[in-house]
Amino acid sequence: MIILKAGNITAGYGEIDILHGVHIEVESGKIVAIIGPNGAGKSTFLKTAFGILKPREGTIMLKDEDITELQPDKVARKGMSYVPQVQNVFPTLTIQENLEMGAFIRDDDYSKRLEEIYELFPVLKGRKKHKAGHLSGGQRQMVAMGRALMVDPTVLLLDEPSAGMAPIIVADIFEKITEINETGVSMIIVEQNARDALKMAHHGYVLAMGKNVLDGAGDALLANEEVGRLYLGG
Amino acid sequence: MAELFVYGIIYGGIISLGAIGLTLSYGIVRLANFAHGDLMATGAYVALFMVTAVLSWIGIPDYTLGPFSFGWRMVIAFPVAMAAVAFVAILFDQILYRKLRMKDSGPVIMAMSSLGAAFILRMILLILWGADSLFYRPGFMRQAIDFPLQITIMPDEILILAVVFVLIFLLHLFLEKTKMGKAMRATSDNQQLALISGINTEHIIMWTWGIAGALAGAGGILYGIDVQLNPYMGWDLLLPLFAATILGTIGNIYGALVGGLIIGVVQQMSTAFITPTYKPAVAFIIMIIILLFRPKGIFGGKN
Repeated sequence: MIILKAGNITAGYGEIDILHGVHIEVESGKIVAIIGPNGAGKSTFLKTAFGILKPREGTIMLKDEDITELQPDKVARKGMSYVPQVQNVFPTLTIQENLEMGAFIRDDDYSKRLEEIYELFPVLKGRKKHKAGHLSGGQRQMVAMGRALMVDPTVLLLDEPSAGMAPIIVADIFEKITEINETGVSMIIVEQNARDALKMAHHGYVLAMGKNVLDGAGDALLANEEVGRLYLGG
Repeated sequence: MAELFVYGIIYGGIISLGAIGLTLSYGIVRLANFAHGDLMATGAYVALFMVTAVLSWIGIPDYTLGPFSFGWRMVIAFPVAMAAVAFVAILFDQILYRKLRMKDSGPVIMAMSSLGAAFILRMILLILWGADSLFYRPGFMRQAIDFPLQITIMPDEILILAVVFVLIFLLHLFLEKTKMGKAMRATSDNQQLALISGINTEHIIMWTWGIAGALAGAGGILYGIDVQLNPYMGWDLLLPLFAATILGTIGNIYGALVGGLIIGVVQQMSTAFITPTYKPAVAFIIMIIILLFRPKGIFGGKN
């Protein structure tokens, strides 16, 4: 079943279009990786999918519902979560408060979910009262992902979760992403670290200059000579 | 000197109530609100209107309250005026700042529009009450209490300080313990991430104006009780408000409290050395010194 379908998306900032008719689909429970060179429009696509940018053309469907015109706070209420690449935590709030803000739209008792998040990221558990702004890059990314997971999202959008991290932390974060996916969360991951992202992904899209270039199963793209030469560094 | 210090704390507490609202609206609405002093003045005059007109028409007697210079009517007028200023602040946001926000207007246009709002409020006060200074209870002789170190304080002033700290403590509880308070701090930290988390930031902005307005109203009334009411009082308070906000790091609520107290104390103590006429200049000098040497204030990070 297709859970998220973005069709013919044209969007950008001000008068300048970054995306020119991009098409991306996510199957329920699967990881989709978007790769491509800098400026391909990968992050712009995520912003558009979440309602932060309004597309000039095209539609975004979450299950059977058209969410194209919704503001981000309303998109969040439809079961989608988004982790931006930078400024993805509330720096003066504690770790615990960051997670509570993730659950802002929940009116039920979310203490069980909070426990699950701390189990997923045990390193955060002993630091509940630490301010998020004082954390290392890797821990900050975990807080950001934890915040996004508090609502039990059906679709999670991750923008460059490994950017600027040491390789050992990258491996750790990718492992967590796989773990999260195994609990049934569908995902779109935008990554510079294309090889690792495709290894993890069920399906991959290659974007360039704001257009779809190629798409296919993750391992098929990894094996594709042209993709290897142009986007995976040989 | 000890007495001037105590007067400084009392005046500083009133400045803090205004500065906290100013810092909140800057942190969350991204607006340098030049009308904040006039919101304080509005609060003072709404309370005056309640005490001298509305409650008198209703027929509520104004028995003197203990050793204080005001009566029971003020007890009713105080929360009513706070609510009224909260309403005015929200109203200005809805008819003015919100429109500019939706058009992505820059900080200068926003600030200038608040200057316009300041003039509107001030002129309304002038039209309704004239330019003369007024008192909540004209001719009332206030007895003072003597403390050691030659400190003489009016009972009013002790109550003013108590009200300031109770209000700030309530705000602290709201921000630290309630869901809406935490969402306000989150929005102040990172508006886009708050929106992404499902927080309706327009809703948060309304709460912010409500709280900033209520605190401004309270500060204005307390100033009116302590000194006097004058349509220009808001304008006179504005400079110390901004100095306190910048000193305490813009956006930092506890910083605004500390900044207000420091500005109050320094302003009052300066009168031991220079003519009180120059008192407002002291706040201005402090502001310039901070901006030159520590532009992010005492609680801001380096650089």
